[in-house]
Amino acid sequence: MVEAGRAVKMYRPGTFREAVEIRAEYNTIPLAGGTDLMVKYRKPAGVLPFFTRPVEFIGHLNELKYTEKGIEVLRIGAGVNLSEILKNPDIPGSLKEAASQIAAPGIRNMATIGGNICNASPAGDMLPALYCLDASLLLAGKNGLREVLLSDFITGPGKNSLRGDELLKEIYFPLRHYDKIYYRKVGTRMANSLSRLSFTGLVKWNGKIISDIRIALGAVAPVVVRSREIEKEIIGRSSAEVSGITDEILLSYKKLLHPINDQRASAVYREQTALKILKEFLEHRIRL
Amino acid sequence: MKEYNPKEIRFIVNGKRVTVKAHPLTRLLDVLREDLKLTGVKEGCGEGECGACSVLLNGRLVNSCIIPVGSVDGMEVETIEGYRKSKKYSVIEDSFAEESAVQCGFCTPGFVMAAEALLSKNPAPTEAEIREGISGNLCRCTGYDPIVKGIKRASEKGKGLW
Ligand SMILES: Cc1cc2nc3c(=O)[nH]c(=O)nc-3n(C[C@H](O)[C@H](O)[C@H](O)COP(=O)(O)OP(=O)(O)OC[C@H]3O[C@@H](n4cnc5c(N)ncnc54)[C@H](O)[C@@H]3O)c2cc1C
Ligand code: FES
Ligand code: FES
Repeated sequence: MVEAGRAVKMYRPGTFREAVEIRAEYNTIPLAGGTDLMVKYRKPAGVLPFFTRPVEFIGHLNELKYTEKGIEVLRIGAGVNLSEILKNPDIPGSLKEAASQIAAPGIRNMATIGGNICNASPAGDMLPALYCLDASLLLAGKNGLREVLLSDFITGPGKNSLRGDELLKEIYFPLRHYDKIYYRKVGTRMANSLSRLSFTGLVKWNGKIISDIRIALGAVAPVVVRSREIEKEIIGRSSAEVSGITDEILLSYKKLLHPINDQRASAVYREQTALKILKEFLEHRIRL
Repeated sequence: MKEYNPKEIRFIVNGKRVTVKAHPLTRLLDVLREDLKLTGVKEGCGEGECGACSVLLNGRLVNSCIIPVGSVDGMEVETIEGYRKSKKYSVIEDSFAEESAVQCGFCTPGFVMAAEALLSKNPAPTEAEIREGISGNLCRCTGYDPIVKGIKRASEKGKGLW
């Protein structure tokens, strides 16, 4: 028998609507795949994980497990897990690249995209790709639905602007074609290691001219780094022109990096590696 | 709203219906080992990193150390104890033996479940696919190559089974 740790109250809603009501009424911790929460609140073997508030299971709700491809927009339910993302032909390559390097199959079978977003970890690997795609979120609360840009939703390391009565329902973004996708994750071990840093770059070409570029860096600042201003400086140029201003671009990004020292990597390592990957991208990876 | 305070949590383990009395946040691993005495499911790290606790949940590989039992209400769990009654298991068992893929054996049930999850999706995996399939499992003894070869051998010997 498992020793009683702290037996919080539990809820298991039958529908998403009920899930939102429960959240509003009891200020619950929603548990989707549980791959972050069960580690965070873990206790020694045989002792209940130590959750601090009532918990509601939401991982079983089929209503959160959909993807819907419109003409211009792709919608992904918050409960879609990372294995499903890898299998789904409608999901853009940049998101798949990121998902494919998260953890290992057993974790990806449980871990949801919604959980990765709400966890708001600076090392959350779905985030840079989603920032590049200009993702928005649909949040459901007791007074209905609210939409927010992902980049506004995440406010700091482990912090988001989810209100006490809200659940994440859906992630959506405009569908665009990119000619080049460059994804790099730097970790300690191929599988099951959190990122020391991660990088997503997307490029669209119009002949010899870059017509769109998106760059996002994870785990090098409290939140994902993406700068539309710097991207605008690159758009409209040829690859030769970009080579000419690479140093300036690197310098601009350097100002935005505020990496931390932790057990996974030093701040100096993070900054230098981020800039090297960025350089590699700008010099060698953007071309068709 | 009604609390989820089940006197009993019901699900299926190795083809049999079970009911357990446990707080819904109890780790599936603890329920399997302590309540159901399925001790082939091992605890290594207890935080999702080593795969020793691997089981199949509705046919998909998962880490039972980070799954609360309330999450599997109504679902189907298969552990090594159930799987070992299958023909596929005996192919994996023989292949692991022939390739010396087992030393202390602590990691083996987890690797076998990962191998089954892989082969059921991809009956003829390449070496790279095998390595990806077992990437969530750690082994302190073998150095992995014998396990990779064991799975490769199983996929060949068991042609048509998966
Ligand atoms: C061994 C291991 C390796 C890992 N490797 C990586 C990695 O490489 N990269 C990476 O990014 N992550 C990694 N993770 C972390 C984790 O697996 C992911 O962040 C995962 O996507 C979380 O999803 P979940 O459904 O399991 O979240 P949960 O643990 O269920 O929830 C996470 C947080 O989100 C909240 N939440 C979940 N769903 C909703 C919702 N719909 N509405 C509101 N709030 C919600 C929860 O309350 C909680 O605060 C790893 C974890 C483990 C155990
Ligand atoms: S004990 Fe579950 S992954 Fe290590
Ligand atoms: S055989 Fe000993 S840990 Fe793998």
